[in-house]
Amino acid sequence: MAPPSPRRPGFSRRAQYGIFATYVIAVFGALLSLLLVVTARLDPTGHAALQSLISDITVPIARAGRAVISTVGGGGESVSAYFDAASKNKAMGQELAEARRKIIQGQADAVENARLKKLLGIRAVDNTAVATAALVASTGTISRRFATLAAGQRDGVVNGQPVRTVDGLIGRIVQVGLISSRVLLIIDAERTVPVKRASDGLPALAVGKGDGLLDIRTLVSGNNPFKNGDVFVTSGTGGIYRPNIPVARVVSQKRGETVARPLANPSSFDFAIVEPVYVAPPPPPGGAPAPDDTP
Amino acid sequence: MPRGYDPRLERGPQRAVLIAIPIASVVTGSLLPALIPHVATMPLLPPVGLLLLLAWRFLVHDVWPAWIALPLGLFDDLISGQPLGSAACIWTVLLLVMELVDRRMMWRDYQQDWRIGAALIAFAVFLGMVFSNLSGGGMRFLYIVPQIIITALSLPLAVRVCAVLDRFRWRL
Repeated sequence: MAPPSPRRPGFSRRAQYGIFATYVIAVFGALLSLLLVVTARLDPTGHAALQSLISDITVPIARAGRAVISTVGGGGESVSAYFDAASKNKAMGQELAEARRKIIQGQADAVENARLKKLLGIRAVDNTAVATAALVASTGTISRRFATLAAGQRDGVVNGQPVRTVDGLIGRIVQVGLISSRVLLIIDAERTVPVKRASDGLPALAVGKGDGLLDIRTLVSGNNPFKNGDVFVTSGTGGIYRPNIPVARVVSQKRGETVARPLANPSSFDFAIVEPVYVAPPPPPGGAPAPDDTP
Repeated sequence: MPRGYDPRLERGPQRAVLIAIPIASVVTGSLLPALIPHVATMPLLPPVGLLLLLAWRFLVHDVWPAWIALPLGLFDDLISGQPLGSAACIWTVLLLVMELVDRRMMWRDYQQDWRIGAALIAFAVFLGMVFSNLSGGGMRFLYIVPQIIITALSLPLAVRVCAVLDRFRWRL
């Protein structure tokens, strides 16, 4: 026999109404939450305040966990360094990574220099860091890519600031709490970063695909000009990200889609650097031809 | 009265504990992914709070009234990064669907529960994607399929965890 279910209380009116009331509450609650989701789209600030309050509470725990893991990981690394080959390999790997960064920077600088020679008198880019902190956690369960940064209002972090590691661009701040903030990663689906090819300054857009990779799109139609191994850096167009932060390297091309892997790994235990919002300089005077209205 | 003199015979389980343990387990499950010190590049972690909510529901049919998903889901939203109200809405709908399922199929075996659970999880993850796309995302369904599979496969594990907690809560 089926066990007597408390959801089928028999002929008791009182019990029946009680159960009916729970359903009514649930349905109304669900509709109300749906409304909340829709308003989150219209007015995100109020919701952000609540969410950053909670992340302020969880961030110390996540930071402690991260410290433990990086210590354990570091211990493993020092054990492996006892083995000669392993330690050499490690040193070489580090050198290679360093050299790679320098090459990208160098390429970008060369293009930048050539451009600057053309446009003398452009103002210097201010790239002093606002804050340096660890990315301690992320939203691994949902389809948006947010990471939690262990720095907030108290450290001078403001909404919209770009975040990078020494390797490259990570994303930008979208929510600021007191001691933590939320970073929207560039790999979030449909996130767009204006970039240029480091070797020749060819402009393009890096668009997040949603699976941890980026899709590089040309601004001009026609043949796909990209090759595997091409490195892209930010172009500074439109502000926010200052020029020449490394972004991604092209890894494959399929059916006209250029897939690039971000150069910065947000999970590495490097510190993330929060930079001030870059304000694009005004277009050079006389650049665009003035409309002439001679008859 | 010294502690030793509490009557131990006929001492029933404590009502507060019976309610508190399932709720605390779901809340902890919601918190867990936010405490993992790793920055995910793809949604792969199972939503542990949701898993435990469903697992409790499968294990003990009358553990939740359907509205309990409102506060629990709202708490999950605060942590997960979804727009507020998303999990509150989705989880409540899941529990209401479970009420319907209970009416339709009174005797279910383990496999049927798992299949129903997998369908509910797929629905929840998909709707979560729709809601987060509403608030500015642009995720494609293809990339959440691995997460759906991982979550559906971890449902039996969640049921085991709930079973242990269930035995524990009746003994307290």
